[in-house]
Amino acid sequence: MHNERVLLTITTTATGTTVASDLGYLLHKHPDRVQSFELPVGTAHVFYPESDEQRCTAALLLEVDPIGIVRGKRFGGDGFALAQYVNDRPYAASSMLAVALGKVWGTALKGRCPARPDLEGAALPLTVTVPALPCSGGIDLVERLFAPLGWHVRADAVALDPEVPRWGDSRYAEVTLTGTMPLADALSHLYVLLPVLDGAKHYWVSTDEVDKLVRNAGAWLGSHPERDLVTRRYLKHQGVFVAEATERLDALDDVAPESSQPESLSAEPTAGGDDVEPATPLVRLRSAAVLAALRDTAAHRVVDLGCGEGALLRELLADPAFTEVVGVDVAAGALERAERRLGLERMPDSVRARLTLRQSSATYRDRALEGFDAVVLMEVVEHLDLDRLPTLERSVFGHARPASVVVTTPNAEFNVRYERLAAGAMRHPDHRFEWTRDEFGRWASAVAEAHGYAVELRPVGDVDPELGAPTQLALFRRVDLRQDGSAHSTTEGGAA
Amino acid sequence: MTTIAIPELALVALVGASGSGKSTFAARHFGRFEVISSDFCRGLVSDDENDQAASKDAFDVLAYIAGKRLAAGRLTVVDATNVSKDARRQLVELARAHDVLPVAVVLDVPVSVAVERNRERPDRDFGAHVVKRHHDQLRRSLKGLGREGFRKVHILNGVDEIASVDVVRERLLNDRRDEHGPFDVIGDVHGCRLEMERLLDRLGYALVRDDEGRAVDAEHPEGRRAVFVGDLVDRGPDTPGVLRLAMGMTASGHAFAVPGNHEHKLVRALDGARVQVSHGLETTLAQLGQEPAEFRAAVRDWCYGLVSHLVLDDGRLVVAHAGLKEAYHGRASGRVRSFALYGDTTGETDEFGLPVRYPWARDYRGRAMVLYGHTPTPDPEWVNNTMCLDTGCVFGGHLTALRYPEKEVVQIAAEQVWYAPSKPFPVAGGSTVAAGDIRAGQARGDDDLDLTDVLGRRVVETAHHGRISIRGENAAGALEVMSRFAVHPRWLGYLPPTMAPVATSRRTDLLEHPDEAFGAYAEAGVGEVVCEEKHMGSRAVVLVCRDAATAARRFGAPAGETGVVHTRTGRSFLDGHLTESLLTRVRTAVGEAGLWDELGTDWLLLDAELLPWSLKADALLREQYASVGAAARAALPAAVDVLERAAGRGLDVADLLGRTMARRANAEAFTAAYRRYCWDVDGLDGVQLAPFQLLAGEGSTWHDRGHRWHLDRIDRLVEADPQTFRTTRRLVVDTGDPASVAAGVRWWEDLTASGGEGMVVKPAAGLLRTRSGLVQLGLKVRGREYLRIIYGPDYTLPQHLERLRERNLGHKRSLALREYALGLESLERLARGEPLWRVHEPVFAVLALESEPVDPRL
Repeated sequence: MHNERVLLTITTTATGTTVASDLGYLLHKHPDRVQSFELPVGTAHVFYPESDEQRCTAALLLEVDPIGIVRGKRFGGDGFALAQYVNDRPYAASSMLAVALGKVWGTALKGRCPARPDLEGAALPLTVTVPALPCSGGIDLVERLFAPLGWHVRADAVALDPEVPRWGDSRYAEVTLTGTMPLADALSHLYVLLPVLDGAKHYWVSTDEVDKLVRNAGAWLGSHPERDLVTRRYLKHQGVFVAEATERLDALDDVAPESSQPESLSAEPTAGGDDVEPATPLVRLRSAAVLAALRDTAAHRVVDLGCGEGALLRELLADPAFTEVVGVDVAAGALERAERRLGLERMPDSVRARLTLRQSSATYRDRALEGFDAVVLMEVVEHLDLDRLPTLERSVFGHARPASVVVTTPNAEFNVRYERLAAGAMRHPDHRFEWTRDEFGRWASAVAEAHGYAVELRPVGDVDPELGAPTQLALFRRVDLRQDGSAHSTTEGGAA
Repeated sequence: MTTIAIPELALVALVGASGSGKSTFAARHFGRFEVISSDFCRGLVSDDENDQAASKDAFDVLAYIAGKRLAAGRLTVVDATNVSKDARRQLVELARAHDVLPVAVVLDVPVSVAVERNRERPDRDFGAHVVKRHHDQLRRSLKGLGREGFRKVHILNGVDEIASVDVVRERLLNDRRDEHGPFDVIGDVHGCRLEMERLLDRLGYALVRDDEGRAVDAEHPEGRRAVFVGDLVDRGPDTPGVLRLAMGMTASGHAFAVPGNHEHKLVRALDGARVQVSHGLETTLAQLGQEPAEFRAAVRDWCYGLVSHLVLDDGRLVVAHAGLKEAYHGRASGRVRSFALYGDTTGETDEFGLPVRYPWARDYRGRAMVLYGHTPTPDPEWVNNTMCLDTGCVFGGHLTALRYPEKEVVQIAAEQVWYAPSKPFPVAGGSTVAAGDIRAGQARGDDDLDLTDVLGRRVVETAHHGRISIRGENAAGALEVMSRFAVHPRWLGYLPPTMAPVATSRRTDLLEHPDEAFGAYAEAGVGEVVCEEKHMGSRAVVLVCRDAATAARRFGAPAGETGVVHTRTGRSFLDGHLTESLLTRVRTAVGEAGLWDELGTDWLLLDAELLPWSLKADALLREQYASVGAAARAALPAAVDVLERAAGRGLDVADLLGRTMARRANAEAFTAAYRRYCWDVDGLDGVQLAPFQLLAGEGSTWHDRGHRWHLDRIDRLVEADPQTFRTTRRLVVDTGDPASVAAGVRWWEDLTASGGEGMVVKPAAGLLRTRSGLVQLGLKVRGREYLRIIYGPDYTLPQHLERLRERNLGHKRSLALREYALGLESLERLARGEPLWRVHEPVFAVLALESEPVDPRL
């Protein structure tokens, strides 16, 4: 039934104290037999293409069942999700190979050898080959992960398609590792680092991944220079793969799956980023600036339009002065995540009563958003195509008409300060535009003029004398409202 | 015998002591569900119909049910004693809240009768004193009932009258649904008799004059009727002449009229009320002063008798002076009348001291066309199926009529400025400001889409497949894509429906084969089908305008945009510049093919494939397809190598080796399959469009034309520009003729053997219905090699095929039909020039349905 091939070979040669074919004892698999094991991910075969006293090679060949992966609930839960029949899992040495390795060579992985206790812990000259190893984040990652553990690494990139040279290299490498170490160590390296290199979604569900990581990598991970990356990636993407409607629609439109996008979507430095870390991350400075603007206008009832997963909502809820907080997002999934992240279930009634989450869109008029003190558009406008902005302006400034509006957006001039950002590129792949200070200022003035607001521009973050601040903020206040918030007729209006 | 008339839409309060016979009366004269009994509601909330402690909760339930009925426009009778003023007040308020007439029917029987009846009913254990108290309360109430707000009070005295009374339903004065027109609806005349006569003449009416040469009637030879939207009077030079003509026309049945705020004020002035004589009333009063007293009296009575609004033509047309929101159509209350006469105001005044009018039409989502006047505008303009016909004739603008149902505007220019407006009136085509400039400066009202137009559970009415429900969670899923990724809704008139594949082939070595397609259509009674080549591209919808002016006028496009080329989820394919370059080529070819004139449109919507697939899907091809190929190319030879070495040692790996070598061949075939979809493009070089259907143009959709009609015209586009357009190969097959079917199968085999993706089989006639409903637009039959990139390199292996054949097509087919119908609906709405939200509704629904979980490989 099982059809595809994932391959890994381990070769050893004779040493002063051991013969090569001792590998069979260590692996608990006889060199002259072909053994097969039914596993949840497919069938694993263990056999020895060569075995004598001088040189012995064990091959682990995993036949993955690609249709079973798609149709089975076990590896994805949803046969209609993007989990394609067209999938590299059958060929690529990924988490599934690690699973197979753990099952088939479990005793060896634990370092035990009941038949020949003398071999336990013996350092052997080993060569491991993996012909199609997926490397997320560049092929040099293989070197960075394995070299600190005592391996000599050779990794050759595999071309995506030799007939379409402009596509360049695939994310696969043909990898050979050579080193001298106990077999159990070698297996534990592979067991942990194969999924880490893959970095794609893991198709199994497990609750004790942390335990596994500690058990298998406890001995060496602590001092590994890439410890954080290993831990983060290994524990990432746990849980059931939830297919969202937007992903389905992406699939319809032949948009590549999410895994193809860079790990960190934002080019702005965060704590632990590649750039020189600023004293406070920009994201914090930005929300602080928004809160300050809201307090300046004495806003109590606030709409966070484009609230995403609710980072700003959390801060708004922390201040009882904000008596009513409405988190609005266009993505239903984002609101569900916000609900979880804010811990809505466990929130005290008094706090819960102040919060409303609502799906809506800035490109549609929404009467439920009328009559608030303030609407916040924090890093939102740049995610809309320019030709949809007039609609947003009408729905926010024309229809919702809050007493004040706070808008933040990147300052494009500052982008040259981000080393990771290519010249002319934008900070996030979804940004439709980024404005200079002049462009933002002109937009803000025009909007204010058209809708009866006064606007004040504020920099957010450290101000560069030439380039300005990394983020720009505009605070709009309705001119027909007094500071106490009561309406008065416009100057030319006269008595009603 | 007594007869009482009850309005067809009313809240009827029965009033009478316990035992006065209300329930018997109600059961005899009203329907089972029309009557809500307070006893029953008491029972609902407390299990005891007589539990007086439950009365408050019971009334809440009663009011809730009554409210739902009244909101739906249903007559409702409240069976309760209603002897207390407070109980009746609540019912009057309920009626007013739903703008229906409150009516009281009093059942007055002697106390002794009521007491006796209660005694006979064992479930009523309250004593005679209660009945007596009811009776006293009723007696005290009788005189004041009319002042409590009931529009009609019927008092039935004694057992005999109650038993013998006849109840008839009478329709509301505004209910003229039985009048089907055709009509000519005429805007604010304001005493401009000359223009009024000319307009009637232009509309084809023959004026009837009296001995003094004054127009006193006008009759249309084809029986058309005029409808005046009010404000016939004030400001202009000859209000009496205008009234004489309008009154004559309504008297002879040649016209209808609704009152305007100026008629309303005139009645009060003629009745001697102290009103401010301004805004032109002074001219009217002066002019009427020259007329005989009888004429003034006739004018007063005529104006007084006008009904605030009219519902015509089965509810499809509503005429009210200042317009009317949907909730008020066919209703009667003070606020309905006030809205109809004065419109909605925000409560503010503008810089000229005039009330700021609330733009109710921008929010209007009703089905009825609403025609109105009241607010002078330079140009009559459709806003959400409403049109203001006041074009300021008296201020020197035009007198405007709209022909209904033709929707044709007919105008007469004012002779002169008859009356100086209190604020500058921008006249269409005038010297000071051009109308176009004004509109460009304003947001087009109907561009505003409301969240409630799309979100939540919705039902879309379609002409071809009935009511289609959209689930709330699907709408939620589509909102982000529509808001953030799709092109501007003004350009999005259509999203293509998904297409179901053919039933799984009976042949064990294939998933899909033409036999099943021909067989399915033959079974549905479709004889002639067209096989169309499936292009190896992406589905694309092209909307192209003849010129920039058309794009701006018809679609509200900003400068520089003359159309759109979008994907099946509404994303733009190309950047703005390339899109316009491609549109220019399309536009030129449409012109050279003579299609603008032949089709009578200056914009055209095309369904097409855009090639190559890699243009849109390069990332997907790279990440998903080439990546799999690369992994397979790296892994499989290495696996073959180690297996061969193991075999060399005498290990039994023959099976494994054989299987692995077969996989290597499949992986190569897979790579070959996806490579056919990629080629390099540079700008538009290498990009080709393969249209296969003309979807819509102004006033027309062509889905009832056969596919040959479409392809003939599309062939002319290809002829005009073979570089931009690619022809769609096709073959007509007769499903009843075995030789023809065999030729169809061969055609598909040749097509797919040489690397083609497959074909789509469609009924040759286009849109087709059978007894079982709409017939599938098409069935796709995909080639064996192409399916490798859908189901994976090794899907052809028997053990895989066996499992893949178990695919459930039912949901996909039902989805395809629903989306097909929604697509047709949006096209028809677009072609008819319906408001943006009406076009957007089915378009959004298609996107919502596409987010339903269906196996994407089907």
